[in-house]
Amino acid sequence: MSQKVLDVRDLEAGYEPGVPIVRGASITVDQGEIVVVLGPNGAGKSSLIKAIAGLVPITGGTVLLDGKNITASPAHIMVRLGLAFVPQTENIFPLMSVEDNLRVACGILRPREVPARIEEMYAAFPDLARQRRTAAGNLSGGQRQMLAVARALIVHPKVLVLDEPSAGLSPKFVAMVLEMLAGIRKSGVTILLVEQNAKAALAIGDRAYVLVEGKERHQGVASELWNDPVVAELYLGQRRLDLGQGSAA
Amino acid sequence: MNLQFVVDGLLAGSMIGLGAIGVTLTYSILRFSNFAHGDFMAWGAYATLAVVGAIGAIFGKIAPIAPLSFGWPLIVALIIGMAATGLLALALDMVLFARLRAKGQAIIVVMASFGASMALRSLLEFIFTSRPTYFSRAIQIAMPIGFGIRITPDQIALLLLTAVLVLGVHLLMTRTQTGRSMQALSQNAALARIVGIDVARVVRVTWIIGGALACVAGVMIGILIQIRPFMGFEMLLPMFAAAILGGIGSVPGAVLGGLIIGMAEAAAVQLIGAEWRAAVSFIILMAVLFVRPIGLFGVRER
Repeated sequence: MSQKVLDVRDLEAGYEPGVPIVRGASITVDQGEIVVVLGPNGAGKSSLIKAIAGLVPITGGTVLLDGKNITASPAHIMVRLGLAFVPQTENIFPLMSVEDNLRVACGILRPREVPARIEEMYAAFPDLARQRRTAAGNLSGGQRQMLAVARALIVHPKVLVLDEPSAGLSPKFVAMVLEMLAGIRKSGVTILLVEQNAKAALAIGDRAYVLVEGKERHQGVASELWNDPVVAELYLGQRRLDLGQGSAA
Repeated sequence: MNLQFVVDGLLAGSMIGLGAIGVTLTYSILRFSNFAHGDFMAWGAYATLAVVGAIGAIFGKIAPIAPLSFGWPLIVALIIGMAATGLLALALDMVLFARLRAKGQAIIVVMASFGASMALRSLLEFIFTSRPTYFSRAIQIAMPIGFGIRITPDQIALLLLTAVLVLGVHLLMTRTQTGRSMQALSQNAALARIVGIDVARVVRVTWIIGGALACVAGVMIGILIQIRPFMGFEMLLPMFAAAILGGIGSVPGAVLGGLIIGMAEAAAVQLIGAEWRAAVSFIILMAVLFVRPIGLFGVRER
């Protein structure tokens, strides 16, 4: 077994005391893996990874990054610890240029290595290089996600955590963004993502967890999970049920 | 028409503009209108005056620098005063605003700043009395520079100082990591934390910059007019008008807004009478906001 980069044990978290949204979830992400968290609406997927990233109060359990306890560290410290988070929406600074969006995230790098690191990002994302002076708010949806991901990667994180990177994108961009993540993994970055778009996410993932009511109920190899009857029952079953109710009405 | 109002307007605009930078930064980064900002000016002026007095007590009488009305003690005192006013702003945030901000209601912070304003002003009256005082009672001869305009050496020096400070703050905002962090924080505080910005540190820098510039504005008023506990409070409305006119969050906007308001006031005094002074700046403000509600340099929120 390869090394665990992220090791989340019995995590309990929620915005209000006594009302946990994440209820004892345990997941692990190994070095160089893409791990996908799936689940029906309201299962607590976003809350789970936001809690991991220090954005939702944690009431129980631990988060280990490379064996180090980072549970409930302040959000701005997470980057220093090696965990970079990409929020689902409003994940760029709209009035700043593309370049300043990248540069503002370089606070933990040595000033001397910043220009070269920005150029590396431009090499990896040529679309951004062409628009380096453009205000980020003027980018297309797909380019915004690209910028948000590049900004997270610029500090050499040990793990990249993304909240529904394909949300709100047209089908063409969904494929593009997920392909981009597959490419990033090839360069050795470990990725944990939540996705509503199960089929597309399983296509690029190595392993996946199905989260139901704040706890992981099932896990497996991503490529096998789509046809797994347990998943159909836990996750897709619920969707069929919804459809059934819809057609009955 | 006499063009003297241009110099008068530039000077008034510089004082308003330096104050408005602090107002616009506090508003965009901490999201509240700080009504105590004017009193930072008065405190800055009195702090500088106190240091000048202390230097005089230690070194005896020191001659002014050539054509100016003041010597090196005032320059040294201004630098100390800027630091002290920055620390005052920081202290006020720590004991008052930060605690209320944590509870999350913007209007309560605004009201608290109003209370802080009155307390700061009363404290000045208590310590220094409300009698006007001066950095120097020497009278400067204004030099004619053509077109019927006259200007004193002090006025030239202070206009240059304003230009240097405004340029400095603009470069800080656009060229340094601290400035970019301030921009980021004003656009999306949650995301600023996620990308690793230490929000508490940026807030401290914001207060120190705002306080230090307010001190310079206060000392300018002190050199050119007089020092009174109410001097800053009276600047409050023009400063807010300038910040809104320029577009909240914009440093060049705040300065341009200040210059427009200062010029309009000076022109109004000359053309239609001093009693219209305050009204004119607000008529301009309203007119601009009708046409462009986000201000001159403002940027539409998505």
